[in-house]
Amino acid sequence: MLDRLEELQREALQKVEQASELNDLKDVRVAYLGKKGPITEVLKGMGKLSAEERPKVGQKANEVRDEIKTAIEEKESRMEKEALDKKLKEESIDVTLPGRPVRRGNRHPLTAVVETVEDVFIGMGFSVAEGPEVETDYYNFESLNLPKDHPARDMQDTFFITSDLLLRTQTSPVQTRTMEKHEGQGPVKIICPGKVYRRDEDDATHSHQFMQIEGLMVDKNIRMSDLKGVLETFAKNYFGEDRKIRLRPSFFPFTEPSAEVDISCAICDGEGCRTCKQTGWIEVLGAGMVHPNVLKMGGFDPEVYSGFAFGMGVERLAMLRYGIDDIRHFYTNDMRFLSQFK
Amino acid sequence: MLVSYNWLTEYLHIDDYTPADIAEKLTRSGVEVDILHKLGEGIEGVVVGYVLECEKHPDADKLNVCKVDIGEEEPVQIVCGAKNVGQGQHVAVAKVGAILPGDFKIKKAKLRGQASHGMICSLQELGIEAKFVSKAYATGIFVFPNDVKPGQDALEQLNLNDTVLELDLTPNRADCLSMIGVAYEVGAILDREPKLPQPSVHTAQELASDYIGVSVDDKDDTPFYGATIIKNVKIKESPLWLQTRLMAAGIRPINNVVDVTNYVLIEYGQPLHAFDYDLIGSKTIRVRRAHDEEQMVTLDDQERTLTSDHLVITNGEKPIALAGVMGGADSEVHNGTTTILLEAAVFNGSVIRQASKHTGLRSDASTRYEKGVDPARVKKAGLRAAQLIAELADGDVLEGPVEVDGRDESPAKVELSLERVNRKLGTDLTTTTVEGIFHRLGFSFTKTAKGFNVEIPSRRQDISIDVDLLEEIARLYGYDNIPTTLPDSVTTPGGLTKKQTIKRKSRRYLESAGMNEAVTYALTTAKKESNLRPSWIKHDVSLALPMSEDRSTLRTTLIPHLLDALSHNKNRNVQDVALFELSSVFHTVEETVTTQPNEKLHLAGAIMGMWHEHQWQQERKPVDFYVVKGLVEGLIEELDADGEITFEQEEIAGMHPGRGARVLVGKTDIGYLAQVHPATAKEWSLKNVYVFELNMDRLADQTKGDVRYEPIPRFPSMDRDIALVVDEKISSGKLEAVIRYEGGRLLKGVKLFDLYEGENLEEGKKSLAFSLKYQDPERTLTDEDVSKVHNRVVEKLEAELGATLRS
Repeated sequence: MLDRLEELQREALQKVEQASELNDLKDVRVAYLGKKGPITEVLKGMGKLSAEERPKVGQKANEVRDEIKTAIEEKESRMEKEALDKKLKEESIDVTLPGRPVRRGNRHPLTAVVETVEDVFIGMGFSVAEGPEVETDYYNFESLNLPKDHPARDMQDTFFITSDLLLRTQTSPVQTRTMEKHEGQGPVKIICPGKVYRRDEDDATHSHQFMQIEGLMVDKNIRMSDLKGVLETFAKNYFGEDRKIRLRPSFFPFTEPSAEVDISCAICDGEGCRTCKQTGWIEVLGAGMVHPNVLKMGGFDPEVYSGFAFGMGVERLAMLRYGIDDIRHFYTNDMRFLSQFK
Repeated sequence: MLVSYNWLTEYLHIDDYTPADIAEKLTRSGVEVDILHKLGEGIEGVVVGYVLECEKHPDADKLNVCKVDIGEEEPVQIVCGAKNVGQGQHVAVAKVGAILPGDFKIKKAKLRGQASHGMICSLQELGIEAKFVSKAYATGIFVFPNDVKPGQDALEQLNLNDTVLELDLTPNRADCLSMIGVAYEVGAILDREPKLPQPSVHTAQELASDYIGVSVDDKDDTPFYGATIIKNVKIKESPLWLQTRLMAAGIRPINNVVDVTNYVLIEYGQPLHAFDYDLIGSKTIRVRRAHDEEQMVTLDDQERTLTSDHLVITNGEKPIALAGVMGGADSEVHNGTTTILLEAAVFNGSVIRQASKHTGLRSDASTRYEKGVDPARVKKAGLRAAQLIAELADGDVLEGPVEVDGRDESPAKVELSLERVNRKLGTDLTTTTVEGIFHRLGFSFTKTAKGFNVEIPSRRQDISIDVDLLEEIARLYGYDNIPTTLPDSVTTPGGLTKKQTIKRKSRRYLESAGMNEAVTYALTTAKKESNLRPSWIKHDVSLALPMSEDRSTLRTTLIPHLLDALSHNKNRNVQDVALFELSSVFHTVEETVTTQPNEKLHLAGAIMGMWHEHQWQQERKPVDFYVVKGLVEGLIEELDADGEITFEQEEIAGMHPGRGARVLVGKTDIGYLAQVHPATAKEWSLKNVYVFELNMDRLADQTKGDVRYEPIPRFPSMDRDIALVVDEKISSGKLEAVIRYEGGRLLKGVKLFDLYEGENLEEGKKSLAFSLKYQDPERTLTDEDVSKVHNRVVEKLEAELGATLRS
């Protein structure tokens, strides 16, 4: 009987070996391991054996059965893998075909600059304040220490609507409006971005409509050294850690002392190049200590409070940042321009 | 202000600094030097020549052949085309080998057979702007007016070895509108004391008061008026030094008397005027306001009609000068003038400013008066001019200028404490440092218990309060030397308001939905908006004096300029464009604006062309109404609207009558979306354009702002589909409204998934298929539960809208 079992094993393994499809293996399984299969037959005939032989035959029968089963399973999994490999090979695609585009647009470069500057100052605890574009003479000029007939009014040619109403020439009127809301109580820490208008012929460097960002901080004991510190923090955040600033005395009716603020040229690192006209410095903003008359008109006591203010041209910042050479690009909305600002 | 370096050396020792050094120092301490003009740059080999002989060219009418002594052994022959060349002249000669501006090299030449060894130069050929060249030499060569020697360096003689600093002065620094003022400023920077001219004059026996009497109507208008009489003057050309200094200062030389008044104007910053005494027509000068409609002819031969805003110098009867602005033609100094009346006066700045504005006349004199001349300098300036006229025009200055003096000569005083200086600047300055700065500025002071009591010289009229003085200290101490600190202030949170956050969210949403942000101009024309302007807008807001018709009115809608932008792109063959803009629009209810108009923040979009490009896997799909509707719906959802979003069919101004919808959140009108009317689109040469325009102020008010968590449903939902056949006039919105109403609490969602019109349907009917989602947050719904609600929905649809279920 043991011989018979060995013979069955040999036969079965040979058939597994020869199987070329999964179905062949199924047949082998049914034929040799099924309830009516030869191994079961052998086991059924065990009753005729001696008590001594019986366990030996039983053990052998189990061994043979396991061998065959393992062989079938191994072959099966090999064949399945081959079949899958073949299928996947057939499914291969041309990965160089273009992807399905996801439509997306861009923010305007002026918005990008405004939001970046806002975020830098928000990080320093500033709020964003806004005001109307059609302003009164009082807020645009008088409250900023520019009474009617002041020679410095010539610095800004104005679009008047009536003798009292005008398109704001600067974002500075938001200063007074915000100070009024604080009713003489500090601190005031605001940044005011917005559109402004001046009577300029549009050309590569002038635009009758442009954008400014104004900043104002008023509190007890604000010093000119604080203005330097805050602007330096801004310059490093916005223009890069390596940038330096310098202040040059200047004049604005609403600040005193006043300053023009330059940053070291990023292109030549202060060595002097075409962009900075060989000076190593680029003028980026105007600033100063809030004039006592402006504090007074905003409802703050200049004996108790002091502050600083600064203002910058958004187009100028954008032109420096992206290397744009004509201010009119910002307002033409040519897709070939707009689509560049990712 | 143009500042000649050479001229400045007359008042201040600066030889150890280059012009560039001085420019840098001025700029860094508050007087910006815009440009350094290097006179004579690029010129070499130009010498003084003496024309020994001058004869007509034998073969050319317009040429002369000259023998010129140029200080070398032999005279040279030069062919010269200038009309005014002649024997006995001293001229500027560019020798053979010389270089003129523009790298123009002088070579030996033959002109119509005559050898020419060099060129006799005009001033323009030496780089001087034509407008500064005396009329006598404007069309010919320059002739030296007095003794120079052949062979001398002509550039040096012409002051073309000079550098001119062009100052870009801020309005407060009128004190730097004079050479003496600049000398004070540079002196303060370098800590050197300027040396000023000390004018003096020998006067004749006669008294000026026998010739003229002066009266002034209003001392506020005319704080000082001085009249000097100078007899026996000989009007002629000014000496070279005077001419070259004026040219460097940007003034054209005219004659000795006028040149002197201009010279002193630049030197002292004090405007002066010379009248021909004999043409005044009386022995009286009266300064008064003009009468309304009074007329006079100014030096430029223009007839001026005056008003009582103007101040005039009269001969007792009629105006002979528009005070501080321009002299009159009738009393102008001319070649035959022998007696002059020299005016040195101080006029009220704002009166001059108005006159200058009204007449459109701006002169070196008026700009200085407007900004305020130094009243302490007026008499000296008059004396200085008298001295120079006596010297250069051989005049006899009569004794005692006739003066009316109403000046307030008490000096301004400003108190300032050291503690305040340091507290405002963040510095740690000592008394000695601050005193040193006052000394450099030439400000005298006394020490007080609190600090300093500083006397401000009248030349610095920009300083009247302590911060003015603080600025002087800061700029001379050096802004660079002020420390860098951060504010010692309470911390504030900072951040964006709800509306500002909404603006940012809207931008991000639209960008990620495939639209580009545009920024267009706010100024437009009413015409451009005409048929796009909503009827409820009463009046627009227009400029009083627009620069151009195109930019005369503030926009009431963002659409027209967005259409401009689409059109611009289309013309450049960019066909698929989706733009949005977030900007203000303006309108007013007042017929004539008196108060600030309504200013609303709008968000508008304009889209044309393909929404989906043609791709290998994807169909080309042009933008349509539903693309825009999806964008708008998505946006409002993104902003978390507090209310149901609905769209109502409406005919909107300038839009397709059947393809426009009003957008509502709850009951609030937020704006509209529509296809632009083809006729409107055609005005922009566009086709098939879709737009939306939303009022962001209103939308912001309709948003929740805060997200509140709702528990995730614990029980499963159940979907039921329903296909309806209805009359084609029944809108999808109506069906949906009935479904939602009847579905009640259990209905969690309705989605239209099919719309069919055409074959297999009765004429005039359409079929819509909806998918309904039912869910109960409290329990698992049974088939029976859902059927109960669902059947009611169907019944209502049948009863109210005549819908039938499609089998």
